[in-house]
Amino acid sequence: MDKTALMATIKEVVAPYTKNPEALATLNEDTDFLRDLKINSANLVDVVLDVEEKFNIVIDNDSMEKMINVRSAMEVVENKLAAP
Amino acid sequence: MTTAAILEKLPYSAPFLFVDTLEAIDEQQVTGSFTFRPDMEFYKGHFKGYPVTPGVLLTEVMAQIGLVCLGIYLTGGPEGVSFGLTSTHVEFMRPVLPGEKVTVTGEKIYFRFGKLKCRVTMINAQGETVSSGEIAGMIVHPANRNS
Repeated sequence: MDKTALMATIKEVVAPYTKNPEALATLNEDTDFLRDLKINSANLVDVVLDVEEKFNIVIDNDSMEKMINVRSAMEVVENKLAAP
Repeated sequence: MTTAAILEKLPYSAPFLFVDTLEAIDEQQVTGSFTFRPDMEFYKGHFKGYPVTPGVLLTEVMAQIGLVCLGIYLTGGPEGVSFGLTSTHVEFMRPVLPGEKVTVTGEKIYFRFGKLKCRVTMINAQGETVSSGEIAGMIVHPANRNS
């Protein structure tokens, strides 16, 4: 999956949880889930579970803690998809 | 963990303890009940001259039995750890009048990354569904309780 498609899918996943439509509209690799998208920390769990379902991967605690912005979420997904 | 041990570990007391008994509990689900006594204070004002149990208290019964009791069972209820309510999506189908006994069943949807989400249903003594919905909470540790 190329980066554009990956980012588009992550945008789709976070959309229902964001409280800031402007930041969603201009979403990029630096967009922070809590600070920019104003996703509350309880809903961040749902974002991670939806990412798991979307890409058919399992995300462990360490990876979950890294997923603070779009870039780190993309890296976690790419690493999991690349793993055998 | 026994149901008696779970009741012991509940972080509530009168007038805000809304669990009388737990009938069953395992990794997946919990069933418990509570009877709304006719002399409970809020009936004087909800409503004036027409006592009906407030929806927020039905939600509280659902959360205490369907979420917190299951959370204590799943975590072992370590000292100082509790659940903070994070979301409720509840529909109400029937009124609950003074003196009615309600039975709540909570089924785990997931328990991941410290967040427990449950599908919770409440029935009355006739077996009719009173309310149902999804309730979630997160483990709160004393260290970040004030953050």
